[in-house]
Amino acid sequence: MSTPASSPGLVPRLLRHPLGSPALVFVVLAVAVAVAGRWLAPHDPTATSVALVMAPPSAEHWLGGDAAGRDVLSRLVVATTYSLAGGMVVAALAALSGVTGGLAAGYFGGWVDTAGAWLTALVMSAPAMVILLAARTAFGPSLWLSMAVFGALISPVYYRVVYNAVRAVCGEPYVDAARTSGLSTPRIIARHVLLAVRAPVILVSSGVVAAGIGMMAALDFLGLGSPSTPTWGQMLSEGFYDMARNPLLVLWPSLALGLTMVALVLLGNALRDELEGTSAPAPDGRRAPWRPRSEEPPRVIEHGDADERPVLLSVRDLAVAYPRGGGWTTVVHRSDLTVRRGQVHGLVGESGSGKSQTAFAVLGLLGQGGRAVAGSIVFGGQELTGLDEARMNALRGRRIAYVPQEPMSNLDPAFTVGAQFTDPLRVVLGRSAKEARRTALDLLARVGIPDPERVYRSYPHQLSGGMAQRVLIAAAVAAGPDLLIADEPTTALDVTVQAEVLDLLRELIDELDMSVLLVTHSFGVVADICDHVSVMSDGTVVESGPTRSVLAGPRHPYTRELLAAIPRGNPRPPLEGARP
Amino acid sequence: MITYSVKRLLSGAALLAVLSVITFFALRLGTQGVAQQIAGQSAGPEAVALIEERYGLDRPLAQQFLSWAASALTGDLGRSWFTGQPVTEAVLSRLAVTVNLAVGSVALTGALGVLLGALAATRRGWPDRLVQVLSVLGQAVPGFVLAVGLVLLFAVQLRWFPATGYTDPSDSVGGWIRSLTLPVLALAVGSVGGVAQQVRGSMLDVLRRDHVRTLRSRGLPRRRVLYRYVLRNAAGPALSVLGLQFVIILSAAVVVEQVFSIPGLGPVALTSTARGDAPLVMGVVLVTGALVVLVNLLVDLLQAFLNPKVRLS
Repeated sequence: MSTPASSPGLVPRLLRHPLGSPALVFVVLAVAVAVAGRWLAPHDPTATSVALVMAPPSAEHWLGGDAAGRDVLSRLVVATTYSLAGGMVVAALAALSGVTGGLAAGYFGGWVDTAGAWLTALVMSAPAMVILLAARTAFGPSLWLSMAVFGALISPVYYRVVYNAVRAVCGEPYVDAARTSGLSTPRIIARHVLLAVRAPVILVSSGVVAAGIGMMAALDFLGLGSPSTPTWGQMLSEGFYDMARNPLLVLWPSLALGLTMVALVLLGNALRDELEGTSAPAPDGRRAPWRPRSEEPPRVIEHGDADERPVLLSVRDLAVAYPRGGGWTTVVHRSDLTVRRGQVHGLVGESGSGKSQTAFAVLGLLGQGGRAVAGSIVFGGQELTGLDEARMNALRGRRIAYVPQEPMSNLDPAFTVGAQFTDPLRVVLGRSAKEARRTALDLLARVGIPDPERVYRSYPHQLSGGMAQRVLIAAAVAAGPDLLIADEPTTALDVTVQAEVLDLLRELIDELDMSVLLVTHSFGVVADICDHVSVMSDGTVVESGPTRSVLAGPRHPYTRELLAAIPRGNPRPPLEGARP
Repeated sequence: MITYSVKRLLSGAALLAVLSVITFFALRLGTQGVAQQIAGQSAGPEAVALIEERYGLDRPLAQQFLSWAASALTGDLGRSWFTGQPVTEAVLSRLAVTVNLAVGSVALTGALGVLLGALAATRRGWPDRLVQVLSVLGQAVPGFVLAVGLVLLFAVQLRWFPATGYTDPSDSVGGWIRSLTLPVLALAVGSVGGVAQQVRGSMLDVLRRDHVRTLRSRGLPRRRVLYRYVLRNAAGPALSVLGLQFVIILSAAVVVEQVFSIPGLGPVALTSTARGDAPLVMGVVLVTGALVVLVNLLVDLLQAFLNPKVRLS
């Protein structure tokens, strides 16, 4: 495994990062000032002079003097050393205890894991400041000791990230291999596990150093530091009491403290961007992302069709693309479909062939920035591509309905079946609460749910998959839509339930006089329920015609392949008693 | 649901017990010569022995702890070594002020965090950038530095709010609000970013889920789906972050109370720890610990309310 932290070029990449470069430069400068502070300071930071008391800035004393007559700039410079050192002490101690604990808990598991989890919970639920104050009474008033205690209090930050990294690594086959080949535990940890946790530890550290600097300043502000060592917190505290006389005395240490901490946090964010690859630029929304393929695929092979019913949905040359990385990925290249009134139209193809994306495009519900980038979708005489949100919304649920593939993930887990069933009835169809409830209960009974009242009150996790799918079908047909788009409505169900749900769909189609666009990968389902079929391959519709004709005489090589892949080449015979 | 609550309550009690044991013994180790200190440096051995006997310091440490724990369970946390005031009274009289401050800050943090997070998740653009800036500021700038800045600007320069002090609501509600505005702001600004970032993240996560698309397919307007369904599903993780922020705010309140001279638990914690007044320190630690446990319990119960899977199991 490569370790991103040590890969060459991290510093150059940080320097190119818009916020990372100024942050890195500032932090490097601060460290330089901290190291060379004694020699950089123009005056003795503790020497007092009456002439300097509250003196304004001058050529000799750039930032003037404080209430005790000391040079402010020198104090600020020397304080950098103590403040950064405080942050380092915190980070070192936190890393030591947190990383060790995380390694042990993640590698050994069992009671070590349990104890670690409990201990972190204990530490996290204690207000740090109160514990630090109590620790001063118990262990003595040393500021460095307080910083060490704070290091222990903040160590869960390391513990967690190391624990997670170790857990992920220990599941890898190469660690198991090392174990079975007889390598000792310390060697496995040293060779494989430490390598994996290096990047997250570096990431967390800049934030922890910042927190340490902040906590040290807070303790100094409370007057718990040593009066003889100048720190930013102490300068803030002194300046605060003279604020009305000279606000600048508060400003300088605040700026030093605030800028250092902001730089550290920004550096941490930039490190995360570069190490975890989250800095990819968003795609340009205005650029036309789609170009037709240079090799035009042959036109759709159309079988002769005697169906003269009026056209309800017509999809022509549709292309769908999603933003990926810095550009766009086209998932549907050319989709052509004609769904007539009363027709049950199967759209069949392998997974990833673009059939579901075609369906979502018709619904106008492409997720994650997906777009219909070319072609047209005409429904009931109305062009849907580029239609505004309000008009599209007026069609959804009323005239176009949708039955999803995976029943459990398509019901909102936080609401009862009744609540999410009736809400659209009231909002979209304007029913009263009472009417909506009666409609919902009637429909639940209609789709074969034995105890509608109980299901109405249930939460999704209390239902079986088949039951949930019936609920979704009932909700979809509630408004009596013209077109029902069903996306693999039986794929996620048990085999016996599949046949029942298909039968239910067939009954509802006859009863409600709907057209159906049925997305499926199964010719069995097509033969069972569809009177028309379109075959889709690699984002393109390749063949279309009446089911009987396509199944009996497939003309496109892909269709032939698909049909040959079915055992015995025949559609599934209907189950006993499945047909009326 | 009842078993769940009882379990959480028991684990909170266990946490407090461990906290008490550790703090008690650590504090007693650090306050060995306290009897001499209470009696005064010039006091002879008889006077010191008398003090030790009066406070029970001559008994074995374990025995002292057991008797402290027994009376603590009845609500009696002993008396201050230096003022003789009952600890329960000393702590509870100040607790209300700190709770006012912390609850106000958490409420403001929650309201602003949800608002900004939801805006950032749905509109991107400026709310998104504001959330990012706020979360960097929140991580980077300590509450007391913000407090000092706020005092400088709004109290010293503009004179809109009092710089220091606390007005009890029983004296003047307007004065109470005015005295709490700046401290609450100072504490909340640091936490808003973190909460908003979490709300934004979990809303974007929920927006990708299947059930959101299905609800939209029934014709529900985008807004209604967002504010009724997505927000409800995203509330759980946001609530956890808000609970963590409460601990951070409680910690920061000690320093912010010092900035504004607010007579909350902060000053009690400062003076008692400086003097080595172990019973009072114990009281402060235990009461803040209990406060955190209580808030965590509240968060857990709210989580259960939001998540029917937990509630109904």
